[in-house]
Amino acid sequence: MSLYGTDLLALLPELIVAVTACLVIVLDPITPASRRDLLAWLSVGALALCLGITAEQISALNVRVSAFSDLVVIDAYARFWKIVLCGVTGLTILLSLPYLKAERIHLGEYYGFILLALSGMMVMVSSVDLLTIYLGTELMSLSLYVMTGLNRSKPRSLEAAAKYFVLGAFSSGILLYGISLLYGVAGSTKLISIAGAIGTRGVDDPLVLIATILLAVGFGFKLAAVPFHMWTPDVYQGAPTSVTTFMAVAAKAASFAAFMRVFVEGLGGLKADWSLLFLLISILTLVLGNVVAIVQTNIKRMLAYSSIAHAGYALIGFVAAARGVGASGGTPGLASVMIYLTLYTFMTLGAFAVIGMLRKGGVEGEEIDDFAGLAKRQPLAAFLMLVFMASLAGIPPTAGFIGKLYVFMAAVEAGLAWLAAIALIFAVVSAYYYMRVVMVMYMRDPNPSSDTPPHLVTSPALSFVLACAVAGVIFFGLFPNPLVSFALQSVLTLK
Amino acid sequence: MTSSFPWLSLLLVLPLAGAVAMYFASESAARWIALAATLADLCVALPLWWLFDPQASPMQFTEHIAWITAPPIYYSLGLDGISLPLVLMTVGIMPLCVLASWNAITTRVRGFMAVLLVMETAMVGVFVALDFVLFYVFWEAMLIPMYLLIGVWGGPNRLYAAIKFFLYTLAGSVLLLVAILVLYFYGGHTFDILALSQGTYPASLQTWLFLAFFAAFAVKVPMFPFHTWLPDAHVEAPTAGSVILASILLKMGAYGFLRFSLPMLPDASRDFTPLMVALSIIAIIYGAYMALAQVDLKKLIAYSSVSHMGFVSLGLFVLNQQGIEGAVLQMVNHGITTGALFLCVGMIYERTHSRLIADNVGLAAPMPQYATLLVIFALSSLGLPGTNSFVGEFLVLVGTFLWSKIATAFASLGIVLAATYLLWMIQRVVYGVPSPHHLPTLRDLNQRELATLVPLALLVFWIGLYPNPLVSRMHQSVTNTIDSMSRAKVAPTAHPSAGGRGPLLADSEAQLTTQGTLR
Repeated sequence: MSLYGTDLLALLPELIVAVTACLVIVLDPITPASRRDLLAWLSVGALALCLGITAEQISALNVRVSAFSDLVVIDAYARFWKIVLCGVTGLTILLSLPYLKAERIHLGEYYGFILLALSGMMVMVSSVDLLTIYLGTELMSLSLYVMTGLNRSKPRSLEAAAKYFVLGAFSSGILLYGISLLYGVAGSTKLISIAGAIGTRGVDDPLVLIATILLAVGFGFKLAAVPFHMWTPDVYQGAPTSVTTFMAVAAKAASFAAFMRVFVEGLGGLKADWSLLFLLISILTLVLGNVVAIVQTNIKRMLAYSSIAHAGYALIGFVAAARGVGASGGTPGLASVMIYLTLYTFMTLGAFAVIGMLRKGGVEGEEIDDFAGLAKRQPLAAFLMLVFMASLAGIPPTAGFIGKLYVFMAAVEAGLAWLAAIALIFAVVSAYYYMRVVMVMYMRDPNPSSDTPPHLVTSPALSFVLACAVAGVIFFGLFPNPLVSFALQSVLTLK
Repeated sequence: MTSSFPWLSLLLVLPLAGAVAMYFASESAARWIALAATLADLCVALPLWWLFDPQASPMQFTEHIAWITAPPIYYSLGLDGISLPLVLMTVGIMPLCVLASWNAITTRVRGFMAVLLVMETAMVGVFVALDFVLFYVFWEAMLIPMYLLIGVWGGPNRLYAAIKFFLYTLAGSVLLLVAILVLYFYGGHTFDILALSQGTYPASLQTWLFLAFFAAFAVKVPMFPFHTWLPDAHVEAPTAGSVILASILLKMGAYGFLRFSLPMLPDASRDFTPLMVALSIIAIIYGAYMALAQVDLKKLIAYSSVSHMGFVSLGLFVLNQQGIEGAVLQMVNHGITTGALFLCVGMIYERTHSRLIADNVGLAAPMPQYATLLVIFALSSLGLPGTNSFVGEFLVLVGTFLWSKIATAFASLGIVLAATYLLWMIQRVVYGVPSPHHLPTLRDLNQRELATLVPLALLVFWIGLYPNPLVSRMHQSVTNTIDSMSRAKVAPTAHPSAGGRGPLLADSEAQLTTQGTLR
């Protein structure tokens, strides 16, 4: 038992989250419906504790603690993502509280699942073994399937859950197949052994190449990169808005974190091959995401395509890292992805928070036209949405601009100025649909035929989430230094 | 000349503070707060005119604070003889915009004034930023306020005009960002505008960068054929929006060419000169012809802007002292004159609710003061000697004459056409046979409207009769710009060591050898 003592200590944050998840699910049946709020506050409390432990877990930036015979590591890179994920999950829970009540699906197990998904994500970002990563991914995905179908009375929600499950299971299978091939090559699923095996067998081994492609496809599904994005619009639209938020920010960040670790630490020897593949995928992703978003009338669907496009921008940073030359190597590129995704969480969280609370009569107003005239009735809410939309479009002085600045800087440094130019031209395309939301809010009057004009239901928890989101967007837009240096330091442990 | 007092930061902060105050203000107080904030900004800016030392090193009132450490981006501000008149013009125009919107804006006054004030901060920021990323932040930060200004408080077709303006200018400026990042890696890992202006870059790179800069600045100027957003935006924008667009926003494109394209990319600028001159002359003649055909007063002035801004870009790209000084002078003149003309149109629109020439005929009898001022500004716009535009256009044409006589002949055609469309407009609007049903309701200018127009009329004559204070302040900076271009030509492009030359001050000896100084 003492053998595992240090190991368990290393996994303490994950354990806290998982235990709290079980506790919430056990407590749920014996909690009266009127006091279900307590479950949410319990979860938030656990996350706060977890955040504190994670932040203090490593003594110095270059420390890399291995646990469970090198299945997971505690390093600065994992810590960065865990802090982001815990923070985002906490805010999502606060956002869910009023939303679920308004939608009359305030179920206790929701908080259990969100914590289970988080524990899966935390395993994903800290494991250095393909099977452990797979376990984390599955724990996250299975929880998300359930949460997507939470609104059992809505056919769209159930349809989204079914679609998500089928396609997700399929992609997991592909991922697993790739892992098994790599196991055949290296005799181990540890990233370090795989890197070693690739070093000795050479980069032209067809088995390794096939496995790389399979892993790229599997992760492509999780990242919602084109052409593996098909599930995203339906699932984002059908899932309850709080779950969509969680998917768009936390699941995407965790998938990127694991994806980068696998390809840099495990398959780094094949950089030249897969960087070309991801270069192509990144262009396709941002072109398709931005162009198709234009024609959407449902704002959740529009943000689904926008999230696809943002994955494309983040992938540019990753490609730049793979092609990076010189003394700094891939560091600026990888750090730019971390900066980009962290900043993306703030604006997306804020945008979905506004959407989730827009009520039209008794139901959720999720058409873009439902925002008509919001600026006249609720100027503050409209202004916040304006800030989030400007940030998503990458207009300074918001955080979105800083994110793009770092990604494109890495791209230009890696000699991909043309790619930055293409990406920025499609940022103009994206500005069109983001500004359309602003146009509808500020320049159009509400539809006179509807007797109940859409309005925003506010609550203290929601106001707190919105305040955090807008503070993040503006603060990091004006003073990105703390985040940038944190990301630049954290990325150094990735090798 | 480092000044310990942060003049420029104060210039930036005051309007922003006013905009924040709008959140707590009432609708009726909003106008007074906006007026107070813009006047306070003017009071801060005016001393700079006298504190500015025309003979001293290029950048004055500098501030230099680290903003982002990796990559090194600075909150770096400064003024030279080129930006000083533009900053003064900006802060001078803004109180007039507030006054012009006093009664014209009746809905969401707080929001309107807040947007105006945010615009002021961003516009001043563009002219004083000495860090390329900081410049870009201010440059792009203007987009959303301007979009709202046109889209919320504009005319009937405002949605189309607003998004057209937004997408055109954004599309132009995103390539600027790529160019900035490329320059960072080629120019010694710095975003410092002055340091980048000292660097030497390979010829092919310069060509690409020049095109990227051109995309951003030509849309803003706007140069033919990127001008199509301008008539729409001008016509649909509220009066204050039109004035800001014409007086200040258009100058940013020209400022960009002068501050970035010429000193950073001298070889490409020289290579592209024939094309730039050709586009400028096309803009001069085409804009004037289009203005001739307009029946809407705002559209007429919008197209006259295209024509007049053609003189500015012409003056810049003939690349000599007279041309560039004329261009800078013309930037200020156009800001004053065209701004005033848009204010005049706004005032008549408040009375007759029509901008059509046909509906506003024969105003001399009912509105003598208005008619007098309109004639003054129209004569200034067509470049009558004794008014401001004459000095600017004359200098531009002298500069062009040194470059090519044929180009001068074509450009002069623009002045003739300007006289035609403006005098024709005056003939109808001021002295035409009045249409009886409008007359009884028309009252002449009130105190507020006189306060808006008279300062501009005084500036028209002051610059027209005694431009020396203005020209002497910009002289040294224009000389520096031209010197930095000729120096980069001397240095072979393959020598990266040429980029390591000292600060701009070191060039003052070389200035003696520069050709073609007027004075």
